[in-house]
Amino acid sequence: MSTMSYAARDSMTMLRRNLKRALRYPSMTVSVVAMPLVMLLLFNYVFGGALGTGIGGAPTGGGEYIDYIAPGIILMAATSGALSTAISVCSDMTEGIVNRFRTMSISRASFLTGHVVGSVIQTLVSIALVLGVALLMGFRPSATPVEWLAITGVLVLLVLALTWLAAAMGLIAKNVETASNMPMPLTFLPFLGSAIVPPESMPAGLRWFAEYQPFTPVIETLRGLLMGTEIGNNGIVAVAWCVGLSLVGYLWARSAFNRDAKR
Amino acid sequence: MPNTPTAAPAITATGLSKSYGDKKVLDGIDLHIPEGTIFALLGPNGAGKTTTVQILSTLISANAGQARIAGHDLTGEVDAVRGAIGVTGQFAAVDNLLTAHENLMLMSDLQHLSRRDGRRRSAELLRRFELTDAAKRPVTTFSGGMRRKLDLAMTLVGDPRIIFLDEPTTGLDPRSRRTMWEIIRGLVADEGVTIFLTTQYLEEADQLADRIAVLDHGKLVAEGTADELKRLIPGGHIRLRFGDANGLETAADLFGSAARDSEELTLQIPSDGSIPTLRAVLDVLDNASVKAESLTVHTPDLDDVFLTLTGQAQSGAGTNSQLENAR
Repeated sequence: MSTMSYAARDSMTMLRRNLKRALRYPSMTVSVVAMPLVMLLLFNYVFGGALGTGIGGAPTGGGEYIDYIAPGIILMAATSGALSTAISVCSDMTEGIVNRFRTMSISRASFLTGHVVGSVIQTLVSIALVLGVALLMGFRPSATPVEWLAITGVLVLLVLALTWLAAAMGLIAKNVETASNMPMPLTFLPFLGSAIVPPESMPAGLRWFAEYQPFTPVIETLRGLLMGTEIGNNGIVAVAWCVGLSLVGYLWARSAFNRDAKR
Repeated sequence: MPNTPTAAPAITATGLSKSYGDKKVLDGIDLHIPEGTIFALLGPNGAGKTTTVQILSTLISANAGQARIAGHDLTGEVDAVRGAIGVTGQFAAVDNLLTAHENLMLMSDLQHLSRRDGRRRSAELLRRFELTDAAKRPVTTFSGGMRRKLDLAMTLVGDPRIIFLDEPTTGLDPRSRRTMWEIIRGLVADEGVTIFLTTQYLEEADQLADRIAVLDHGKLVAEGTADELKRLIPGGHIRLRFGDANGLETAADLFGSAARDSEELTLQIPSDGSIPTLRAVLDVLDNASVKAESLTVHTPDLDDVFLTLTGQAQSGAGTNSQLENAR
């Protein structure tokens, strides 16, 4: 077999290992899905009445607050997945098994590829669950099949970017506690964007940040595809952010992994 | 398998050095280990044992020096080196969420064995390490000894010719330790593999190793067979036990060359065990009015070699071991 097919085979082995671990230790997966679900319930049923009225003039599409907030919460499901990536990469690094992998004649990339692909699959499943619950709660997207395809594409790109970043964080974190804290800013960023309320309602400085941070164009693109609101150049900006962040995360993770064993 | 002196060396190294910042962890290590032998690297915590293993097993790179493993250059032919070695580290490198069988299958997949060969190899290793009954249990339910056995079994899936064992019995109970020793002896006798072992237990080195090297503060301070090393030290020691820490303190000041164990409240004074030296020790204690609770005379064993060669706990030793723990 050639080097390339060995690399593919090793990556598949690592992916199988990670998926098996996720099924074996479901409490992590459950908490990753639970976070956005709680947010969805909280913001729709508890704050929804007040917030929904407050943003009456905003481009919500259908007019219901759930239609405004669902795309934002879907994004939170993606950031929540990043948390579990960082934790699982870091706990692997601290448990000594990675040193075994490093001393074996296997593809160096396979360890990271297995983790990232496994996490992307898990996160996409959790996004699908969040979407399902939102539909049950009255979320009524107007997307066409082609738009659904585009939505899937954007989500895959976004999750890939977040996962590579989180994998790098997991690699450089000294312990699992640090690893679970490092992606925190990622999970808070959607709040400082257009996930919950439109940036137009924020004070000037914050509004400027909200408009230019990477999550806002992603949310606006998703909202546009789902609800038919105006996308404008948000689509291009969102894809650029995702590709850029993926690249940064990938290079960062690769260099962190190729450094001398630290433990 | 008898050790043939003409056998090609499994491991050679010249001038291996490693520093972290301005802290020298390894300071010019030379090694020559023939195939089919057990080599023990002996040293206190922080002497650089783990660093040596990490360098030779391709985990970290040396700042200076060369090494050849199984005839392959350590830096130029990393993949060939990795294909020839197996490593079982200080901390069991097993996947806790998988079962013993799944752990072994993971290894066989990564060694690119077919599923059928993998299952056969896994069953064979489980049998050999008496883990067959536990094959379907998750590793989290395993005892320390079982985990260590599984760890070694995982290393063996790839049929390595050279096996690095970093403190393979640290933390194991005496029975598991003996089982581990039997397994290690069997590997060399049945399959002719080369074992590079680090340990802080002199008994372990004495029991297993064909050759022993003593590492202290990053330097090899002695090398030879167990008997050769014992001959380096003329005599045994006198061991004094004290009732309290004060007595130990005072006595330690009286005998400059003694090794102290504050937990056990004992003092080991190098000595040939003759009656005049014994009397002299007692006289010194009497003159200082220090009361020892008990006294035992030890004839030379590897412990004496170790204590004499590595000196007392020097000021550098503490920071050294912290440094090693930090990685």
